[in-house]
Amino acid sequence: MSKYYLNYLDELESEAIYVLREVWAQFDNPVILFSGGKDSIVVTHLAKKAFYPAKIPFALMHVDTGHNFPETIKFRDDLIESLGVRLIVGSVQESIDQGRVAEEKGKNATRNALQITTLLDAIEDNKVDCAIGGGRRDEEKARAKERFFSHRDDFGQWDPKNQRPELWNLFNGKHFEGEHFRAFPISNWTEMDVWNYINRENIQIPSLYFAHERKVVWRSNSWIPYSEFLQLEEDEEVVTKKIRFRTLGDITITGGIESEADTVSKIAQEVSAMRQTERGNRSDDKRSETAMEDRKRQGYF
Amino acid sequence: MQIDNNQLLRFTTAGSVDDGKSTLIGRLLYDSKSIFEDQLEAIENTSKKKGHEGVDLALFTDGLRDEREQGITIDVAYRYFTTPKRKFIIADTPGHIQYTRNMITGASTANAAIILVDARHGVIEQTKRHAFIASLLQIPHIIVCINKMDLVEFKEEAYDKIIAQFEEFSSKLLVRDVRFIPISALLGDNVVKRSENMEWYQGAPLLHTLETMHISSDINKVDARFPVQTVLRPQSEEHRDYRGYAGRISSGIFRKGDEITVMPSGFTSKIKSIDTFEEEVNEAYAPMSVSITLEDDIDISRGDMIVRTKNKPESSQDLEVMLCWLNNEAAKPRTKYVVRHTSNEQMAMVKEIIYKIDINTLGRSSEDREMEMNDICKVKLRTTKPLLFDSYRENRMTGSLILIDPATNQTVAAGMIV
Repeated sequence: MSKYYLNYLDELESEAIYVLREVWAQFDNPVILFSGGKDSIVVTHLAKKAFYPAKIPFALMHVDTGHNFPETIKFRDDLIESLGVRLIVGSVQESIDQGRVAEEKGKNATRNALQITTLLDAIEDNKVDCAIGGGRRDEEKARAKERFFSHRDDFGQWDPKNQRPELWNLFNGKHFEGEHFRAFPISNWTEMDVWNYINRENIQIPSLYFAHERKVVWRSNSWIPYSEFLQLEEDEEVVTKKIRFRTLGDITITGGIESEADTVSKIAQEVSAMRQTERGNRSDDKRSETAMEDRKRQGYF
Repeated sequence: MQIDNNQLLRFTTAGSVDDGKSTLIGRLLYDSKSIFEDQLEAIENTSKKKGHEGVDLALFTDGLRDEREQGITIDVAYRYFTTPKRKFIIADTPGHIQYTRNMITGASTANAAIILVDARHGVIEQTKRHAFIASLLQIPHIIVCINKMDLVEFKEEAYDKIIAQFEEFSSKLLVRDVRFIPISALLGDNVVKRSENMEWYQGAPLLHTLETMHISSDINKVDARFPVQTVLRPQSEEHRDYRGYAGRISSGIFRKGDEITVMPSGFTSKIKSIDTFEEEVNEAYAPMSVSITLEDDIDISRGDMIVRTKNKPESSQDLEVMLCWLNNEAAKPRTKYVVRHTSNEQMAMVKEIIYKIDINTLGRSSEDREMEMNDICKVKLRTTKPLLFDSYRENRMTGSLILIDPATNQTVAAGMIV
């Protein structure tokens, strides 16, 4: 006698596939926002499943801060080739060169906030009407209020108090010229779900997620990778540690944790015992209580 | 990783801060060890700043800046926790009357609703409103948590009195499964751990109830309905002639070889294969996302529905619908709205408001013909082409619809087909 209910990972997968197919049906020119991080990798994997045996019918868009881990770029290019999809790159360096944005100054300067302009420009230039992201509601308190289909006005801004109600599985992606949507197929997944799924599906992820030896600097309670973009303070010291990253962002702001976990199942075990949220190591979220909400309002991922 | 075999339960909590709703959610997350150190630290700091004694668990559910400043919930917030038995999604919704639309949004996908009652005040108008919405949205399980039992000295009489009050008015509502649990969210009694202060209560604590209630029958597995989302045609060497209908099964079970009818065209065929990325499967059931191929070449596109020939949905242009108005612009008479129902979309007009429900007294009024934000009305809806539907009571997926105002693109109403 077979059972007629899904386990929770299958239900989350089915929901995400439904959202991806709905995006394809409701929009003319959607893209997947691909950062090289595990969440956008999982979304890409789900897109592969959603349209099989056809290819993923949309491009991947990468906002390149110029401050990348070299491993991420290699991983991105390999994946694009194996999927046979188009890659669109929005370059923060170009935005700076064109005078669209100005580089932040000082010790904790990052290009995190600058990405917003580059992203919105890339969306406009490529006439993208829906950008699919790997955002999850468990990540951050402002994200807890996000919809599957999230409206952005013609300035690319999110208005959290005036969101469209989203009932049952009926998504409303109607929009006027110049406006766009963000879609979040894995809204209901937690960090743990993502790792369990990567483990179950045997999904390839960048080596940065596994424990490895790296030159690092202790700053704001985490190990920041040493790179040419990092300005050292006098009391700071470059040391070599065995670390891994829980999230991947710009190389200047992504903190690593000391770890021995060198397989996905060991990572999943480590994550289940973690006592800190994954964004606890992201200095971009530490700037203020509402750092994420403020950036999201302006058009951040 | 045994958790992989477990089910997902979605529940909604309606109530205001005064009922202790935020404290209850904070308590569930805290006692099930779902709160991280950095979150706890942030809450401890805020609690201190605000001059609270100890950790204010309610602060865990604080979201947007405006909500924190005003100490209220405005929008639906989703929260997650997992126990060794189940994974849970909480749709945390505001309880105040002006946020009825958010409560309905949170309730639309829930397996269970938690309704909070203050043990000192008993059943009040807000309780009735929440229970009514839970029944309107056909949430399969309702758990009435009688909170703040510590403030009535954990007395059984207080609990019994509230059950009697609730039974009295809820007998008129269509609810299938109601349970009552006396709790103290503040002190943790009967939330995760069994209370030592209420020996007279023989039932299970809240978390155990959520972990063990039977939910696999919550989805209709009788009426096979497959709304086509999109058509997959790879046109590659390997899959030259593949033509798959992609979608998520709304209800029921489909098997290879089933005789099917495509609605609305009425063409019949047989299921040739049911495909997933991994493999071809012999049967598939709601809520699986699959791709179906048919024995015959039929013209099928998004908005069509594949059903079993022996069990078809109703088809009509004239529907009676319980409509909840969600937009701050009132309904305009004789205006055409876009109706979205399953993967289908067409135009519709509200022909008549049959009656409006007074959400506090649950009385009906046929005099008042205005439909404003948060109003719930029974209406007659006429669509340009027949809609393929089941009654909402039978099937939440094929019985639900939304209206979109084409002038603003806003989602203006949610409807449940009677």
